[in-house]
Amino acid sequence: MADALLHVAGLCKRFGGIVATDDVTFEVPDGELHAIIGPNGAGKTTLIAQLSGQLTADTGRIRFAGGDITRVPAWRRSHLGLARSFQITSLFLDLSVLDNVALAVQAHAGHSFRFWRNARLETGLRQAARDALEAVGLGHRAEARASLLSHGEHRLLELAMALAGKPRMLLLDEPMAGLGPDESARMVEMLASLKRRYTILLVEHDMEAVFALADRITVLVYGRVIANGAPDAIRADAQVRDAYLGEDADV
Amino acid sequence: MTGALTLRNLTIAALVLVLALLPLYVALTGDRFMLTLFTRIVILAMAAVSLNLILGYAGLMSFGHAAYLGIGGYTVAILCFEGVPSAFVQWPAALATSALFALIVGALSLRTRGVYFIMITLAFAQMAYYLASGTARYGGDDGLSLESRSGFAGLINLSNKTTFYYVCLVLLFASIVLVWRLTNSRFGMVLQGVRSNEARMRAIGFPTFRYKLAGFVIAGTMCGLAGALIANHTDFVSPAMMFWTRSGDLIVMVVLGGMGTLFGPVFGALALLFLEQFLPAAISAVVHPFDPASAARAGEFWQIVLGPLLLVVVLFARGGIDGLLGALSDRIQRARKGGHG
Repeated sequence: MADALLHVAGLCKRFGGIVATDDVTFEVPDGELHAIIGPNGAGKTTLIAQLSGQLTADTGRIRFAGGDITRVPAWRRSHLGLARSFQITSLFLDLSVLDNVALAVQAHAGHSFRFWRNARLETGLRQAARDALEAVGLGHRAEARASLLSHGEHRLLELAMALAGKPRMLLLDEPMAGLGPDESARMVEMLASLKRRYTILLVEHDMEAVFALADRITVLVYGRVIANGAPDAIRADAQVRDAYLGEDADV
Repeated sequence: MTGALTLRNLTIAALVLVLALLPLYVALTGDRFMLTLFTRIVILAMAAVSLNLILGYAGLMSFGHAAYLGIGGYTVAILCFEGVPSAFVQWPAALATSALFALIVGALSLRTRGVYFIMITLAFAQMAYYLASGTARYGGDDGLSLESRSGFAGLINLSNKTTFYYVCLVLLFASIVLVWRLTNSRFGMVLQGVRSNEARMRAIGFPTFRYKLAGFVIAGTMCGLAGALIANHTDFVSPAMMFWTRSGDLIVMVVLGGMGTLFGPVFGALALLFLEQFLPAAISAVVHPFDPASAARAGEFWQIVLGPLLLVVVLFARGGIDGLLGALSDRIQRARKGGHG
């Protein structure tokens, strides 16, 4: 599978004595939805942070679209087509919803050493931002201040910002975190519609969603990969049931 | 900022009108002191406007902004001292040295954040202060007088106080227009994104360092021009203009007036300099009936009143004077709407 879009090989990350990522190896072929599951503290968010560049791996290699990106800074990875969303909502809360997305568009529309023209009147930026908002169903909230949105709307805005840069691959860190049942169902629908159009790495606690969406699942426990395979295989894996899903897991 | 006739916009219009017509008032009353005071207000307002670009819009807490006042001022004074009186040399040189200093300070300080950023900007400003103090040829601690104001080849005579005031005022308005355009441009959106959430800015693809550095250099350069003006205003420069408390004054102006608002720093400069000027006399007048003997000395403690006043603004009017005006405007508008409905 030399043509996989993302290769992760032997990735390690330590914080003092704690091993957050322990020799993690997996790959994500183009167009697949790959889920990472694991109990709290398994190192899922740390892994995403290394893939998107907020953290640098101690050892190991990350290859994306044929190039080694292990030492490439976060902003440049975004330009290579890697977009991430954050588990803990990370937005520009004092700007409008449309401004939030327009900034994500602007980041990929040439340099920003443009000092005179009003960016809020640039139809190119604004229209692309509106399209991204419509795509996640937030079009009607475009003019609201981001801080005034509900939690569920924040999760959608996170997604819209990730999509606005027209990425090749989405790194989604618990997009369902804190959502009610209805909102969760809508988010699953949304992710299903994004599947195949984007290569997706999904970190999620909602097992129902994961098993419904994923082509392949990697299970992390204490930073280490204990299983890797198709959903059915993972469901049947005794080690996974033991370590994570629990004996009476019903998934 | 909308075009509506709100209390805030009317106040801004009144402010602009007062600033523009002040020399008329001075001509009618002969109150030369007011012209001197307002020239100082206008120049320091320009410095505060420049600080607001990085502090208010980009969230960069520079604690060494007065250094640029000194660098701009000293460049003018030193060139004058060395026999180069032309503004066409002095002023571009003041801008260039300020820009260079900002480039060096920014390149080092902007890699850090929080307290470290504050300390590095402060340290550089103190270095500039001690450099000026230690340079005997240019007066050291005693400062350096200007033999003549910057010359514009006979086109503009800065020695005429009214002319000089208008030159300062035009440059203040120009810097406000510049900040207005900058903050609404793509560049300004990046600065505001950095203020709001820098980690997210990097995640969506912005190399934030270079934009912060550009903002830092633009702000420093603008303040350098204010420094060139203040040297001409007082016909004198000294290390004291770069002392760290002067940087503190500029921060107070921005916070008092309203961070990240276009006219906030102007309100802040006006308020702080008025308090500095008139609060001592006001305190003396209040104390006088009770204790005539110590009334004059009581005025020296005007900062005891200023401190709590700042506290009240920071605690109850987050947006400073501009924020207060905005809140009042909203309240009036709502009351009007309520009246109609």
